[in-house]
Amino acid sequence: MIVVENLTHQYGSRLALSNVSFEVGKGEIFGLLGPNGGGKSTLFRILSTMMSPTAGRAVVAGFDVARDPAGVRRRAGVVFQTQSLDKSLSVEENLRSQGHLHGLSGHVLRERIDRAVKQLGLGDRRNDLVESLSGGLRRRVEIAKALLHRPQVLLMDEASTGLDPAARRDLSNHIESLRSEDGVTILLTTHILEEAGRCDRLVLLHQGKIVAQGSPDELRSRIGGDVVVLKSANTAALTQGIEQRFGLAPKIMDGQVRVEIKNGHRFIAEVVEAFPGAIESVALNKPTLEDVFVHETGVSIE
Amino acid sequence: MSNFFLPAATLWQRELVRFWRQKSRLLGVIASPLVIWLLIGYGSNSLGRFYSGALVLTVMFSAIFSTISIIEDRREGFLLSMLVSPAPRTSMVLGKILGAATLAWIQGLIFLAFAPLAGLKITLEELLSAAGAIFLVSFTLTGLGFLIAWKMESTAGFHAIMNLLLLPMWMVSGALFPLSEAHGWVKGLMWVNPLTYGISLVNHTLRYPVVTPGTQVSLLVTLVFGLGLLLACGMLAARKSTRSAA
Repeated sequence: MIVVENLTHQYGSRLALSNVSFEVGKGEIFGLLGPNGGGKSTLFRILSTMMSPTAGRAVVAGFDVARDPAGVRRRAGVVFQTQSLDKSLSVEENLRSQGHLHGLSGHVLRERIDRAVKQLGLGDRRNDLVESLSGGLRRRVEIAKALLHRPQVLLMDEASTGLDPAARRDLSNHIESLRSEDGVTILLTTHILEEAGRCDRLVLLHQGKIVAQGSPDELRSRIGGDVVVLKSANTAALTQGIEQRFGLAPKIMDGQVRVEIKNGHRFIAEVVEAFPGAIESVALNKPTLEDVFVHETGVSIE
Repeated sequence: MSNFFLPAATLWQRELVRFWRQKSRLLGVIASPLVIWLLIGYGSNSLGRFYSGALVLTVMFSAIFSTISIIEDRREGFLLSMLVSPAPRTSMVLGKILGAATLAWIQGLIFLAFAPLAGLKITLEELLSAAGAIFLVSFTLTGLGFLIAWKMESTAGFHAIMNLLLLPMWMVSGALFPLSEAHGWVKGLMWVNPLTYGISLVNHTLRYPVVTPGTQVSLLVTLVFGLGLLLACGMLAARKSTRSAA
């Protein structure tokens, strides 16, 4: 549904995207994960036809974004990071304007609005002015708006930014039901790990390049083991002790000692016995996408 | 065809609904030209002389207010979803300019209510032709505002242009002194200033004595200027870019 081939984009002399290639299949929820400035927004702007790439090719729903942006615009819905609603209009008025922009009118438009409003649980708010809605509700209106013309592809830029965890969970349930009920293909950009973890597949973008791609599980398995996190009153001494005794390379992150190791449960038993009293708490974690990002790039996503 | 007119109509309607919901804007737009007019007019005992200028200033302020929203709208707002919709850019330009021009026109018409204060007695026929003239001027000034606003990154830049270009343009348009009384190079400026013809057109329709430029020339120049601006706006907005539109 989306094909990106050797996509490169330069702002003047600054390289924002470098030879990016990936494909997204029909009905997939696909994530672009990376830190701000990693190239996600540039890629999003190109896919949503807001600008043309300087080199390479991107095809959305069968249409080339640079050569046939009108074709893409008819088949893709776009949800922006910033608000694209008119605050002084009501929910329904916003939806109606959007329908008109897509050439919809009359009873077809009314039915589409009814359905979108219902699908995103906005029924009782449809006559309220957008300025009276909470951030989470506004996001849902944005999505309802992007769905009116029944797009095959939904492009979402940092859609959960500024939402509290409950609203974020709620949003991802809506996204999941769009895929399962309507078969919409969804591409989203995010720097939130939890959200990335719910995608079917991901690319990790760093400095305009893809550093890894695959399903969240595939990516996590690249670490090859567990992550053991130890809390200690004296992290430096503990780190040194583990280096000497086990020949490992622990890292200190956020004031805790982190060790990447296979069969973490055995290591825990040994390390607690080896340094009695030095360890306050122990956690055995499966690797997170953050761990993967750190592993591939040496820097943190945040 | 509905794919061209429907988006234009919805944008036009949006401008009107927004305006209706923030009626305080009306006061801001009409009050300051009114104060300027009354101060200069009473001060120099010539309310009639400055009337059309003040009316056009009202229209200009309204056009500026409306087109300035393009800058904010594009960064964060409604314009974003227009840019990624299949609606032709030209239809968006038309809708936005017509909407903003309609607002400016309505405010110009409200200002017409002060005409008796200027010693002008207007017949119905004059009222209708004045309404037409005011619409043309509204349309050109909105087009000009759009053209300036489209490429602007910030509203601060727009204010700078307004002070440096639009206000001086108004000053040498016959709003403060007629073309026949102008001297030297300023007179030359007035001849090439399209707004001179707009003000003159309004004066002609209100039967305020103006010698130059004549009615037909004023009408023709204002029309050509308006259509030229519309064309320029359409071309500007339809351009493809490797820089982001937003």
